[in-house]
Amino acid sequence: MEHKKDSLGGQAHAVMLEKERKSNSAWNKIKRNKTAMLGLFIVVFMMILVIFAGILAPYDPNELSLGSTYLKPGSPGHIFGTDEFGRDLLSRIIYGSRISILVAVGATFVGATIGVLLGLVSGYAGGIVDSVIMRIMDGMMAFPFILLSIILMTILGTGVFNVILAVGIANIPNFARVVRGQVHIVKNEDYCKAVIGIGASHPRLLFKHILPNTLSPIIVYATLSTAGSIISEAALSFLGLGITPPTASWGNILRAGKETLNTAPHIATISGIFILLTVLGFNLLGDGIRDVLDPKMKK
Amino acid sequence: MSKKPILKVEKLNKTFKLRKSKLMEEQKILHALSDVSLEIFEGETMGIIGESGCGKSTFGRCLVRLHDATSGKILFDGAEINEKKGAELKALRRDIQMIFQDPYSSLNPRKTAGNIIEEPLIVHGIGDTKARKEKVKSLMKEVGLNDQHIHRYPHEFSGGQRQRINVARALALNPKIIVCDEPVSALDVSVQAQVLNLLNSIQRQYNLTMVFISHDLSVIKHVSDRIAIMYLGRIVEICRAEEIYKNPKHPYTQLLLSAIPPETPFEKTKKIELKGEIPSPVGEQVGCPFASRCKHVMDKCRVEIPELIETGDNHRVACFLY
Repeated sequence: MEHKKDSLGGQAHAVMLEKERKSNSAWNKIKRNKTAMLGLFIVVFMMILVIFAGILAPYDPNELSLGSTYLKPGSPGHIFGTDEFGRDLLSRIIYGSRISILVAVGATFVGATIGVLLGLVSGYAGGIVDSVIMRIMDGMMAFPFILLSIILMTILGTGVFNVILAVGIANIPNFARVVRGQVHIVKNEDYCKAVIGIGASHPRLLFKHILPNTLSPIIVYATLSTAGSIISEAALSFLGLGITPPTASWGNILRAGKETLNTAPHIATISGIFILLTVLGFNLLGDGIRDVLDPKMKK
Repeated sequence: MSKKPILKVEKLNKTFKLRKSKLMEEQKILHALSDVSLEIFEGETMGIIGESGCGKSTFGRCLVRLHDATSGKILFDGAEINEKKGAELKALRRDIQMIFQDPYSSLNPRKTAGNIIEEPLIVHGIGDTKARKEKVKSLMKEVGLNDQHIHRYPHEFSGGQRQRINVARALALNPKIIVCDEPVSALDVSVQAQVLNLLNSIQRQYNLTMVFISHDLSVIKHVSDRIAIMYLGRIVEICRAEEIYKNPKHPYTQLLLSAIPPETPFEKTKKIELKGEIPSPVGEQVGCPFASRCKHVMDKCRVEIPELIETGDNHRVACFLY
């Protein structure tokens, strides 16, 4: 140790500080946050469904069995029952997770990346740049999302990737708005002036100081957008623009179940519950991550 | 003390354009600094004092180029700082550092104390990771912080400790000049003294030149070699620190000094009555800014702006009485 002169008390103090630092590491903080752990558990569970769909699903999701349509949940061999074509609902839910979660995460990622960048530039540069970017965003916001998607899908064609792109682009203006507002607050703080004062470059100030301080609203908005994207995909699928049947996605299972809500409520209910659970999982995890990233939160 | 000016400010003006609130409204201009000229000598502490809104902070920010001056010159080591760009400006930032008023908002809440102090070293590419860490630790010790608190976040420190982090960050680049913008006004009185003593001792150690901005007469008396008094964006009086308490010349200075509370309740003080209002800094400035409140006001004061005149012994006053 370099502090040979220090008393034993000094060393003990150092050990204590080290312990304190470790217990405040991101992982340890999230472990102490029970709701965040629940969110993490749900998200991990959904990820397992996505990755191991081929192993977990008991049947081929597209296998028709016209002799056993609309089986109730709990029927032998079909835990979640079957749909209007006698396809096993459990298998369709498991395979559907691939599309739904991919779209949800992908669209949020696309929207967040582009939206955050635009928001940062817009808020930081101000003036004409700000006006131009934000007026374009306003225009996009005023444009109905479905119409925007229809135009995009007609240009790009259907397919998972294009759904992600369409929903993602629709997410951009909201992210840009949220970030721009936050940048306006943060960039006038004294610590940003201090960073300019020591001679730091604009990118450094923007990405190392301003961006981390805009993270909380971004994360909150990202979790909301993940949830919204699952629903958006369902809406697009309904219009025949998104994932075309027979490929399963939670959105189009829900949509199909809506038609038979009176006779076979389990189809819409079960797919709805999975959407709800996923949305809840991402929300709880997102809140947890936000708290962990905030140094003021100790617990 | 050597008598070589390290910083020379000539006729510095700073105006802000006010946002128009109505369509077709005439552009209003706020005069934050008007014809400020002064010299700061190497190794001295120049105190700048004045009431809120008189342009002290704007002046400080112009010196460190956080604001660009509207007109006039700031010469540092003979070179005009307002014309510097890119690498030259970055080099200048190394030499002139600033300590901010609010220790709470001047530290990024998401960075640890160590990161904050290390940042100037990273920006200027000084040393490798290990050398920088050593430097950060020694800086922390120097400003009276426990170097084991390097991983703590700003909110875990008290106001005084945060201001010490600010001092350490400013010192990291071995600057020649530090501009302190009311560095102690947000602190408790007992902590103020500690931070002032710290500033005094690092100044002696590094042979720093300091520009000390404050509105607190007793604080500024404690630290300054010379004092400049500002009123509405103008310097009205400059002289040695002792001189200003013994022999205040400008009516505004006399008024300021009479406002210092007495040290004991039995002490007799003669209060100078204050009449009139501060004129607005917005729009064209006519006459002496103090004319509306001055008891010695003459006709001349209302039309002409007095210049700083030497009244002997480096005591300069901007008043028609002298």
